[in-house]
Amino acid sequence: MPVQDNQKNPSAAESDSTGPLLEVIDLKKYFPIRRGFFKRIIGNVKAVDEVSFHVNEGETLGLVGESGCGKTTTGRCILRAIDPTAGRIMYQDSVLGRIDIARLDKEQIRIVHRSIRMIFQDPYASLNPRMTLQEIVGAPLRAMGIAKGKDLEEIVAHMLELVGLRPEYMRRYPHAFSGGQRQRIGLARALAPSPTFVVCDEPVSALDVSVQAQILNLLKELQEKMGLTYLFVAHDLSVVAHISDRVAVMYVGKIVELASTAELFSNPKHPYTEALMSAIPRPDPSPREKRVLLTGEVANPANPPSGCYFHPRCMYAKEICSAQEPAFEEITPGHYVKCHRARELSLTGAVRVS
Amino acid sequence: MADMTNTLVEIKDLHTYFYLAEGVVRAVDGVDLTLKRGRTLGVVGESGCGKSITSLSLLQLVPPPGRIESGEILFYKSVQRSNANETVDVVNITALDPKGKEIRDIRGNYISMVFQEPMTAMIPVRTIGQQITETIILHQHVSRQEARELAIDMLARVKMSRPQQVVDDYPFQLSGGMRQRAVIAMALSCQPSLLIADEPTTALDVTTEAQILELMRSLQKEFGMAIMYITHNLGVIAEMADEVAVMYMGKVVEQTDVKTVFLNPLHPYTRGLLASIPQLNETIAQTDRSRRLQAIKGMVPDPYTRLTGCPFAPRCPAVIPDLCDKVEPKNVLAESGHFVRCHLYTEAAS
Repeated sequence: MPVQDNQKNPSAAESDSTGPLLEVIDLKKYFPIRRGFFKRIIGNVKAVDEVSFHVNEGETLGLVGESGCGKTTTGRCILRAIDPTAGRIMYQDSVLGRIDIARLDKEQIRIVHRSIRMIFQDPYASLNPRMTLQEIVGAPLRAMGIAKGKDLEEIVAHMLELVGLRPEYMRRYPHAFSGGQRQRIGLARALAPSPTFVVCDEPVSALDVSVQAQILNLLKELQEKMGLTYLFVAHDLSVVAHISDRVAVMYVGKIVELASTAELFSNPKHPYTEALMSAIPRPDPSPREKRVLLTGEVANPANPPSGCYFHPRCMYAKEICSAQEPAFEEITPGHYVKCHRARELSLTGAVRVS
Repeated sequence: MADMTNTLVEIKDLHTYFYLAEGVVRAVDGVDLTLKRGRTLGVVGESGCGKSITSLSLLQLVPPPGRIESGEILFYKSVQRSNANETVDVVNITALDPKGKEIRDIRGNYISMVFQEPMTAMIPVRTIGQQITETIILHQHVSRQEARELAIDMLARVKMSRPQQVVDDYPFQLSGGMRQRAVIAMALSCQPSLLIADEPTTALDVTTEAQILELMRSLQKEFGMAIMYITHNLGVIAEMADEVAVMYMGKVVEQTDVKTVFLNPLHPYTRGLLASIPQLNETIAQTDRSRRLQAIKGMVPDPYTRLTGCPFAPRCPAVIPDLCDKVEPKNVLAESGHFVRCHLYTEAAS
């Protein structure tokens, strides 16, 4: 696996063509709050606020956080399913070369959508019940003019086989399939135009445990077969740890920590990461060491607290934390943290690596 | 026989069926369970295994076209007599009229329930206080003002911040975690002897989930109620349960204490479930990225089919041909306090 870590600051790497596949620089997405007769903008929900990261080719970057932290919005901005407010999304496209997705016009987006695809959370809502599998999986091929007629049928049959469904099912409708099978159909549709980059938005959280394992295995298998790069958005830390090479933790629209999976889980540097890991219910009945229980609620992204957004809930908070926003710094190679006290704190991870 | 003083609920050979146009769904197909006073029984299984319908049967709340077909649910109801000593009445819940006075006295008063989605469990146009006092006034002889005081007290006990104000708030004004606290306050307002928690934290974030689990444990210590905790999350089971029942296709396939279920699972389904969840420690220690999870092959059969033999046989890695697909295994005591419904152990027992 090409897990060569880009040692550079994520916002510094610019014009070299051998850079990461995707580089997100200071991405912002604000949703305006409007009130009154003239729909005056009275504030902004800062769903994504100055988020920077990169994804190397062939790797999986996990994006975790609680609901409302902006992880899905980040994924959607990368696809331009919604338009970002500010920032750059540099992508190495096979047709267009190195481009800024945030500045593409409609026609260019259509081209990029061949190589950047998305898998959705709810396999019941994401498939049109009035289309057969052939129409669903073939839709992107037809829309992009990749194939039609007999060719299309062949590709669809091949795709269905690839995700573990029988090609004979092609003429059936989604209602005949279970949740796990539907997620396979969604996967076949996403992968039909042979993409390079796939945004997986909580692809297994609606599935039962035994089926979840099947889909996770399938995602890994397809990654190896097709050389895919994943941005894996999820809230389940065990799932993210299993599938990701590196993990980014988001809190109220900002990435607070980013490191390789082993590093993040054994040696977290942000108090929020520590609390998040401590909260995971583990399938192990032996009594556990003391938990770090968070008090209070997630901050409101329309009216965030001063300084570090996490300081009202942080047990390590000092004066500086409420006064000044910490910088997103690289404290050891490849380990980025947004915390004033990252260098002095010694926090407990989810696992101990001896 | 079961120890009378400790047993709270005994479910014996319960069958709850749904009669649909497409056929009969045997949602609960011969369930035996025992709940003890002050203890937590975790019921775990995948969607459609009948865990929620078992709990709804307990309250006679099975929605039509479903109905309890056969079986007994014995509820050992402690009644405070006038001469101050407690006696235990045995009530067979399955024999009660779903709309009758007796079951309505039990619901909310002796057995209450916390649902998965805290928003749909509340009436959006009533304040939190109105919804909690409703139960209190229905079951206890108190005035409206006293009921309000009790409601505020309950809100404080579930660690709600500003209970004096929250009591007059509407559900939409609270966050998910706060709403679930309010629902728990509502459920515990009459100090029931059994709390049924049906996936109470599934809709919540992990940090909130941890808070709610902690809260439920401390409230159990305080009130001494039994909890029937229904979930698909084995991690939550490990944290909450004393006893665990694993369900598959309407049957309890394995039942034992929480330690044994994780350390020495016997049924191939339980083993499969445990192997299919990503384990953090192993994942991190593993340097080999191509490692796969051990998924259970196939999927849960559709609910209309009726399989002969063991329902897990088509997916089972340890299937015995000509036995598992023909003869239904009996519930056997494999070792002390460890029941399993599998032919691998019936042979050893015979």
